[in-house]
Amino acid sequence: MIDTIFAYGQGLLAAPWWAALAWPVIWALVKITAILMLVMGAVTYTTLYERKLLGWVQIRLGPNRVGPWGLLQPIADAMKLMTKEVLRPAAAEKFLFYMGPVMTVMPAMVAWAVVPFGPDIALSNINAGLLFLMAITSMEVYGVIISGWSSNSKYPFLGALRASSQMVSYEIAMGFCFVVVLMVSASLNLTDIVAGQGKGQFAHMGLNFLSWNWLSLLPIFVIYFVSGLAETNRLPFDVVEGESEIVAGHMVEYSGMSWAMFQMAEYANIWLVSVLTSIMFLGGWLSPIDSALFNWIPGWIWLGLKSFFVVTMFIWVRVTFPRFRYDQIMRLGWKIFIPVTLVWLVVVGVWMQTPWNIWK
Amino acid sequence: MQNKSSFSLKDFLSSFMLGELYKGMVLTGKYAFRSKITLEYPEEKTPLSPRFRGLHALRRYANGEERCIACKLCEAVCPAMAITIESEVRADGSRRTTRYDIDFNKCIYCGFCEESCPVDSIVETSIFEYHGEAPGDLYFTKDMLLAVGDRYESEIAAARAADAKFR
Repeated sequence: MIDTIFAYGQGLLAAPWWAALAWPVIWALVKITAILMLVMGAVTYTTLYERKLLGWVQIRLGPNRVGPWGLLQPIADAMKLMTKEVLRPAAAEKFLFYMGPVMTVMPAMVAWAVVPFGPDIALSNINAGLLFLMAITSMEVYGVIISGWSSNSKYPFLGALRASSQMVSYEIAMGFCFVVVLMVSASLNLTDIVAGQGKGQFAHMGLNFLSWNWLSLLPIFVIYFVSGLAETNRLPFDVVEGESEIVAGHMVEYSGMSWAMFQMAEYANIWLVSVLTSIMFLGGWLSPIDSALFNWIPGWIWLGLKSFFVVTMFIWVRVTFPRFRYDQIMRLGWKIFIPVTLVWLVVVGVWMQTPWNIWK
Repeated sequence: MQNKSSFSLKDFLSSFMLGELYKGMVLTGKYAFRSKITLEYPEEKTPLSPRFRGLHALRRYANGEERCIACKLCEAVCPAMAITIESEVRADGSRRTTRYDIDFNKCIYCGFCEESCPVDSIVETSIFEYHGEAPGDLYFTKDMLLAVGDRYESEIAAARAADAKFR
């Protein structure tokens, strides 16, 4: 269907510059806008969903005053933030201070370019998708460091220091998880990674969800999820924000929309990690059971449902566990996650050489 | 207490498999589906005790005579010194107040004035939803306090009757 629209647009004008240059650019912009609208909508309403879920677990109702069931709450929050003044400390480095939020939110948006929403729905289906994601998600730490440093204030500086070491440490464990997935699917292309999960012993029996990577790579799945929590600075790894110790870390000096951009980046990152978890371990757009009804539901809905489940896990973990102490975070990252992923890397590697290789 | 140097495979596996963390998540998961205890305030309200100490009121007897005899016990006992009373002898020879002011900016709603009153004149009602928008709005004069008493006399009387057997 998407190809039909593209072909229709291409035939609108007969001029060669239109079909060759102008229309593909417009088409790319349309697709970018569509994906960003989807992501921003999800981000906006995830804030409400998170507050609701936190409330439910604490036997409260959560926000329910603005609109029916509080559904207009995110809109009201956005209006408030947009009308607020953006303050800048006198001693802050002006250019970097304003660049900080932009550099935080930018990688969180860019990474969506390679996410496949369906068998042939991806903004750019590049072969080095996984590599691109690793590169882009590593950029995130720069926004945090720059905003914390340029604020020229003590709490943001401490927050930025914590953020840099924490995000860099967990990136290593995350990278090893990527490598294991790369080994079993023999491809860096995200579309191929999803497609590779749709075959296997269980998929032949119609139980697709058992042949996805989460079962065969269970330790890697768990480590990837926990590293994702640390990578997005979510509880129990949110010493970067640490509101009871360093107020709000790198965000202390920001207000109004510049602060809102950090929040947007945080929630966009949560969704990104959730979507990546779904793609690499939960079978992406594949339906869980091979039946006519489930196969009829479009793939992007399955991807959305799986990602929503992972987002729920993020919030569930947040509401359950207290914040880790800083040295405990470092110990978990360096002394547990990296050795475990390394060992599992070898185990999977040896497994693939044996006759019982299940990923052929 | 376990000896620190001894290694227990069971403990190691249980912490490696995140056993206790799953227990915690199961608990919070159960809580998410409990019936909620939130009271949606403007629509729902908590029941109030007859002893609730809210807005003050000056009461009258059934014949319309004001109860206050200007003994100034409430003024003396008030810890926040929120009450100001001036009195004179009325034409019929009885002692009455000419001024009875309570500054609710100062009042701490301790209820001592009510306790000290020998004629049950100054009382605290269960009204708590009131506010002032300008400085001085919460400075209540005798007329205002009497008006509160006149308006809510039935509720005040009911609350006194409900509490009488405990006094």
